[in-house]
Amino acid sequence: MEQKIQDHAILADKFNKDIPRVDWHDKTLWFIREKRDKAAWQIAEWEELREAASQVKNNVLDNLHDYLLEFEKQAQQNGVTVHWAANAEEHNRIVHAIIKEHGVTDIVKSKSMLTEECHLNEYLQQQGITVVDTDLGERIVQLAGEPPSHIVLPCIHWKKEEIGELFHQHLGTPKGNADPQFLTAAAREHLRQRFMTSRVAITGVNFAVAETGEVVVCTNEGNADLGVQLAEVHIACMGIEKIIPQRKHLGIFLRLLARSATGQPVTTYSSHFRKPRPGQTMHIVLVDNGRSERLQQESFRNALKCIRCGACMNTCPVYRRSGGHSYHYAIAGPIGSILAPGLDMKKHADLPFASTLCGSCSNVCPVKINIHEQLYEWRQVLVKSGHVSPVKKAGISGMAAVLSRPGIYKVSGAVGRWFMKYIPALVNNKLNPWYKQREMPAVPKQSFNEWYRQNRKQNGKQS
Amino acid sequence: MESRAKILQALSKKFTDHPAPLPDVKAFPPTAGDPVDKFEFILRGIGGRTVRVSSYTEIDEYIAKEYTSGARIISLVKEVAGSAITPDIDPHTFENVDLVVLQPHFGVAENGAAWITSDRMGDRALPFISQHIALVITTDSILHTMHEAYEQIGNADHPFGTFIAGPSKTADIEQSLVLGAHGPKSMTVFLLSR
Ligand code: SF4
Repeated sequence: MEQKIQDHAILADKFNKDIPRVDWHDKTLWFIREKRDKAAWQIAEWEELREAASQVKNNVLDNLHDYLLEFEKQAQQNGVTVHWAANAEEHNRIVHAIIKEHGVTDIVKSKSMLTEECHLNEYLQQQGITVVDTDLGERIVQLAGEPPSHIVLPCIHWKKEEIGELFHQHLGTPKGNADPQFLTAAAREHLRQRFMTSRVAITGVNFAVAETGEVVVCTNEGNADLGVQLAEVHIACMGIEKIIPQRKHLGIFLRLLARSATGQPVTTYSSHFRKPRPGQTMHIVLVDNGRSERLQQESFRNALKCIRCGACMNTCPVYRRSGGHSYHYAIAGPIGSILAPGLDMKKHADLPFASTLCGSCSNVCPVKINIHEQLYEWRQVLVKSGHVSPVKKAGISGMAAVLSRPGIYKVSGAVGRWFMKYIPALVNNKLNPWYKQREMPAVPKQSFNEWYRQNRKQNGKQS
Repeated sequence: MESRAKILQALSKKFTDHPAPLPDVKAFPPTAGDPVDKFEFILRGIGGRTVRVSSYTEIDEYIAKEYTSGARIISLVKEVAGSAITPDIDPHTFENVDLVVLQPHFGVAENGAAWITSDRMGDRALPFISQHIALVITTDSILHTMHEAYEQIGNADHPFGTFIAGPSKTADIEQSLVLGAHGPKSMTVFLLSR
């Protein structure tokens, strides 16, 4: 499994070889970002909701110990078996032991970024267990032997003609048929058979309520529900940060989640699993895998507030034009770039640099994570600990000097624009990590700052 | 249990002298307008159908018109025609159900969702395995927001409950919306005014 990991810049270059495709990817994601905006603007109290969600999550992170104990107690009273896993490996072992205990070799799984993080599928496959991902997008990438490229839209990088060909090969659909309606119907038939025969169903968890011990799972397809309700065993896997204190807080989070993710008012199904169905057994696996350690890191801890809506990816100019796989981590985009180095600094040292620090991610984040500030902080940590190449370092120390002194920022902007206009080769060179296979954008004649100053002057006011 | 102790110990370290307090959940004022109209508008926007009726007979008539006599229809609403289910039946046997008729507790105007719990499902698999789903919601039970919804749910102890907002759907193939991913291909909500 240990492949040499290529860094984001190299992988992004590969993705950028096919320019029309990059444009298409970019536009598709921007379209989803716009849907998110429209949905958000319809809620007068949107900003208050974000603030409330952020505060609830802050409270959770500060009191996780107590909430987890409360959750465990409630869940046990509900007849659920609760497991604790310190790391990915232990999580995988626990899940496998449950499956083995029931003598099962074929299971269904609905979307769970945690199991991606833990590489559960690969592990189970090695133990002779066949895992079928039942979310359509996940099934597509699974058939193709790829990881998802987006946490909400796993096959956003696939074109329908390619999916048609994939289904032709794996599901026997007619060659050349690329109609989404038709292909979805084919997948429905194919996966129904799996639902009908699987005795174990794994799901992720969107929210776990300490007060009641219930777990809430949100899907549009109904695949989590169908899987669980037709199985004898339900295994729900969650990171320990998925806890929320009380049921009423779901009101806040369910209002934010789908609107932020896809612009829908809510997902089709928001299912509250509290007690197993008669005759069924239910397990919840609580996974740490670096989270408790991250909580100690003042600058980075609040990345754990994430509710995995994907909004920061859809809005990110780098993600949109480099594709999810260029991040070589289960969670791509801005949030992945601040989570991954926490797990393995060396392996993911390139990711915090895959950003323009424009701040758009932080602006759309429904739980108000300061993503772009953390990206910047990670760069400093990585440079200090010697995980960064000299080219990036030069760019970074320049950037650090610029960002810490707004006066220079203004001047260097003006100077930069002058250079871009008259000596572009100087900017479009290897020393600028953002110049690669892309022309630098056309230079605006004035920056906003200059325009603003001039405008104020014209209006007779002091700048 | 070793990991449990280890994790809890790591978490018991004090992170801050000023732990963030739990904020009150504010009661946001409902948006203006009739919640039933809004529910209808939103639900149609996400692929659901709505039919306004003033009696259960009208619901029977509508279903009789839409489904052939051979269709397997299960109704958990006693006033609506359809077969009942026997307890403890294997849920896999519902695979050929064409329509299930259920009565949720309430609908939510802001997102077109309806809250239904396991005691009203007959079997928990039914709302998901059936090819089509119909819900009967009385117009006076439609709430404005999810905050009102959770206020109404309170601390009721339901083994399983779900919000359902429209038919099961996916847009995973090039963002083209397709109704009927794994669950019901259509959802009809009868808005019953009395
Ligand atoms: S960081 Fe914020 S915007 Fe990004 S996925 Fe998490 S919750 Fe969504």
